[in-house]
Amino acid sequence: MTVASLLARKGVKVITIQPDQQIRQALALLADHNIGAVVVVDTGARPIGILSERDIVRAAVRDERGVFDKPVSALMTRNVIVGVPQDDLASVGYTMTDKRIRHLPVVEQGRLVGIISIGDVVKAQRDQYQGEVDTLQFQLIAEQDKPRARAG
Amino acid sequence: MTHPGREGAPLRVAIVGAGPTGFYAADHLFRQPGLVVEIDMYDRVPTPYGLVRAGVAPDHQKIKSVTGSFDKVAAQPGFCFFGGVELGRDISVDDLRAHYHMLLYTTGAQTDRRMGIPGEDLRNSHPATEFVAWYNGHPDYRHLTFDLSQERAAIVGVGNVAVDVARILSRTPEELAVTDIADYALEALRASRIREVYLLGRRGPAQAAFTNPEAKELGELADADVTAVPEEVELDDLSRAAMERTGDRATKKKVDLLQAYARRTPTGKHRRLILRFLVSPVELLDDGTGAVGGLRLVRNKLYATDTGTLQPKPTGEFEDLPVGLVFRSVGYKGVALPGVPFNDKWGVILNEKGRVLDPESKHPVVGEYTAGWIKRGPTGVIGTNKPDAAETVVCMMEDLAADRYLRPRDASPAAAERLVRARQPLCFSYQDWLQLDEIEVGRGKETGRPRVKFTRTDDMLAALGRQSGAPRRE
Repeated sequence: MTVASLLARKGVKVITIQPDQQIRQALALLADHNIGAVVVVDTGARPIGILSERDIVRAAVRDERGVFDKPVSALMTRNVIVGVPQDDLASVGYTMTDKRIRHLPVVEQGRLVGIISIGDVVKAQRDQYQGEVDTLQFQLIAEQDKPRARAG
Repeated sequence: MTHPGREGAPLRVAIVGAGPTGFYAADHLFRQPGLVVEIDMYDRVPTPYGLVRAGVAPDHQKIKSVTGSFDKVAAQPGFCFFGGVELGRDISVDDLRAHYHMLLYTTGAQTDRRMGIPGEDLRNSHPATEFVAWYNGHPDYRHLTFDLSQERAAIVGVGNVAVDVARILSRTPEELAVTDIADYALEALRASRIREVYLLGRRGPAQAAFTNPEAKELGELADADVTAVPEEVELDDLSRAAMERTGDRATKKKVDLLQAYARRTPTGKHRRLILRFLVSPVELLDDGTGAVGGLRLVRNKLYATDTGTLQPKPTGEFEDLPVGLVFRSVGYKGVALPGVPFNDKWGVILNEKGRVLDPESKHPVVGEYTAGWIKRGPTGVIGTNKPDAAETVVCMMEDLAADRYLRPRDASPAAAERLVRARQPLCFSYQDWLQLDEIEVGRGKETGRPRVKFTRTDDMLAALGRQSGAPRRE
């Protein structure tokens, strides 16, 4: 399973922000869309950073009053790890857990095409395992039923 | 607010596509506590089960046993099947909107991805999905022909579909004769002169998509020796490191098995099945008559992306594989439905968690939903569609509670049935299918096969004692 199949059921909206916008605006985006992070893009839609709720929480503790007016670029994490649609779900899950990344922007030819959260990855993995268990179960049942079917 | 879903005012749902996802979704809807629901399930072919009938390999009958649970769903009061009725040909989305509160598209991925290389359309180059539909007796593919007089065939891809094709090409007529493979396919394969079958993976053995049971099965074919190229199944440093890091035992088993295949000495069996890794086709070579004369491959090296996924990169080292028949199996692809928003990028219906989205506003289209491969793309096993369908049904129930559903002109079952019968008088009911199923199984008993399939609509009609009547509109 690849990252593409996670993006396929997420519509086409990717919530982004520009580096010179204010934290106030970033908070509004996070609240309006009920998300935990927003991708920071340049004017060419290339991701240059990511801003998570945690980045803002940390800054707010340091500077309660000034945090809202700060530019996004002041708090965002640079050197973002990005995924591509062809990435395997298993390696993405491993890397996100290992490096404690909760949001992974996905790019194609340098352009942002989506974002997946660790929650998306966990859900996809759970569905995958659940599907495999289910498939194995009905095959086992079929095997057990076989002799009976023959006898009948 | 009183919404439909009660005694006397059932929620009326149309499900388009009678594959596993359609049945899983129907089952989930029937299980909603306190909900009274009626489901009309449509399919463009006369028979239900989708890829379980037309995709799952005929020598994998155990997997097909899942249909027992689909029959239970179909036996629920309030379930109705309209087989042989196609959206866009016989009925439109607007027709459905006029008769149901909610529409659910579960049409799967009906075509395949192209390789995008020169020579792809030469004679004797085929999508693996067409070969699969052909040997499984799909009415729309039964007329196809494949040049099995060739001695060497290559299958591009190492997913489960690719492995199915390799196995079917490598099996003996005796092995195939005890399956429910289409009669005409059995005859064609009986005359097959294929001696060598290549399976081509662009990445290494650790990244092969086929599962371990499938790989193991290749080593147990009655009259085909399986082998691999020793250098190609050796682990590169990146793959080894990834396997050690994640402690992935299934992958280790797979690699061990493939390495064991590479060490096998041929036992003189009639056919050879050769597993190749770290190669990508770059061109299909013309034999001078417009047919496939070979396949040019480039050797790949693996590199790690940011997230640690190992991907292939061409080395510039080429090799020509002399094959006369090529099947590409690089993935299924969804097809847009007339009148339903489509996301070209991923080859799925434009959706969010199963709610169909308007392409302009990006807001959900009231009353329209999707699930399965046409929602998320072609991934996972049959059972993966169960949680996927459940996710969509959750959205449907949320929307119903929030009063977001269609207001049909006439929601009575009789009105829907009248419409369908008027548009497609030859349509098949579930009762028809159960009768056909019994006949197919009965025909199989005589020859020791699970069933002998009907592959023509006319034959099905005749078996049911119905007139084929007016020619079908194509």
